[in-house]
Amino acid sequence: MAIQPTHSSRRILLPVKQWFILLSLAAAFFLNIIPLGDAIGVPDWVALALAFWSVREPQRLGMDTAFVAGLLMDVAGGSVMGQHPLAYILLAFAAGGLSRRILWFPLAQQALHILPLLLATQGVMVVTRLIGGADFPGWGYFLGSLTGTLLWFPLTFVLLLPQYQPIDKDENRPI
Amino acid sequence: MPVAGHQPPPFFKRGPAPLARLAFFVILSLALLVLDLKYRYLELARQAVVVAIYPLQRAAYAPVDLYEQLGGYFTSLAVLQRENVHLKRKELESANWLMRQQHLELENQRLRELLDMKVRQPVSGTLAEILYATRDPFSRRIIVDKGSQDGIAPGQAVVDEVGVLGQVTRVFPLQSEVTLVTDKNQAVPVKIVRNGLRTVLFGASGGQLELRFLAANADVQTGDLLVTSGLDGVYLPGLPVAKVARVDRDAAYSFARILCEPVGGVEKHGQVLILGGRDSAPLPRLEETEPRDKPSKGRRIRKKE
Repeated sequence: MAIQPTHSSRRILLPVKQWFILLSLAAAFFLNIIPLGDAIGVPDWVALALAFWSVREPQRLGMDTAFVAGLLMDVAGGSVMGQHPLAYILLAFAAGGLSRRILWFPLAQQALHILPLLLATQGVMVVTRLIGGADFPGWGYFLGSLTGTLLWFPLTFVLLLPQYQPIDKDENRPI
Repeated sequence: MPVAGHQPPPFFKRGPAPLARLAFFVILSLALLVLDLKYRYLELARQAVVVAIYPLQRAAYAPVDLYEQLGGYFTSLAVLQRENVHLKRKELESANWLMRQQHLELENQRLRELLDMKVRQPVSGTLAEILYATRDPFSRRIIVDKGSQDGIAPGQAVVDEVGVLGQVTRVFPLQSEVTLVTDKNQAVPVKIVRNGLRTVLFGASGGQLELRFLAANADVQTGDLLVTSGLDGVYLPGLPVAKVARVDRDAAYSFARILCEPVGGVEKHGQVLILGGRDSAPLPRLEETEPRDKPSKGRRIRKKE
């Protein structure tokens, strides 16, 4: 019987540590609040990390975390309260719901699934602010989602690294 | 005692259904949005969170700071020398004006006393440094490094060496948020220097400003300088704000479309001056009880929209 080629090579990973999820979210928040001025195409790291963990561990990362992360982003970024939480909880909901489907695909197609999610997150924010009477920031704003999608590959590698560790350390093989 | 099979084992418990949780959080965020946009009730909560994440924000500023310092270090000596010469010449030029200004201000004060007019408020200011522009791409705001600890209050005008930058809109303990004049929701009452025409300047997209609701035949020309009129009670009169860059008079519309360029370095980094709050002029009294009434304590703060 032929085994699914995409599924056969997957290793059984160690269970994820809750503190590592929180640490990665904190790191993403830190990256987000670095003031880069008007640089175009800067990804929303928090949205990316939330999408990643919602896809990987939908049981461990829920909309409550997304809500709190969104609130912090609102305050740090000086935007309207509720703008980021609204977008992030919809992202967490959609990514969590699509989790079982997305994980079946190889990385490139996973990234293709993530792109519309990130774009929709930004779309929700744009619509919220336009209703609130703000100015349209220009189409370059959506470039951040494209960079975010490209970052899916290195992100998967980095964030899954702790789970690749062997259970019992072998002195002769350090990795 | 529960019988096996009647209740699911605890490891299948997942809390409320995802859709229910989604509905709960969406309603919560919508409530927050309305509270903040419409009623601005959440400033206190914002203050608390800002204080909590302040160290992290300063830490996040460190890489940018380092980059700027490195850039400054490698600025060539020639550039610095040229700049130094330029600044010295400029200082000499302005010294002449400054000396006469002092003299004129004294003279003005004496004349005003003679005429029994209200004494003009002296200008005071706090020097602050722009830390960074906020991440929010929907508005044009900057964060400066002086806050309520330094006596900054919402509503104060912010200027740089050439013109008005904006207005303090939020004050945190150690920093404050300045809304630039190019923000869409920011309006500055101005007048045209050439003919004294009073109007209101609004922010427009792309870092520009716009004079709205001026008749198509209004006397505005390209290159006109706009200064604050001081009618709002917030900005001191006579501060340069913008220069008219383009005037479109279309017969199809009853209003002219007038685009202006800000005079101050609105989108740049550097030092700014936060002008002291201006006491609003007292309202004229109906009955003549006192010959000269004291200026009221409350400061008028321009509300958005």
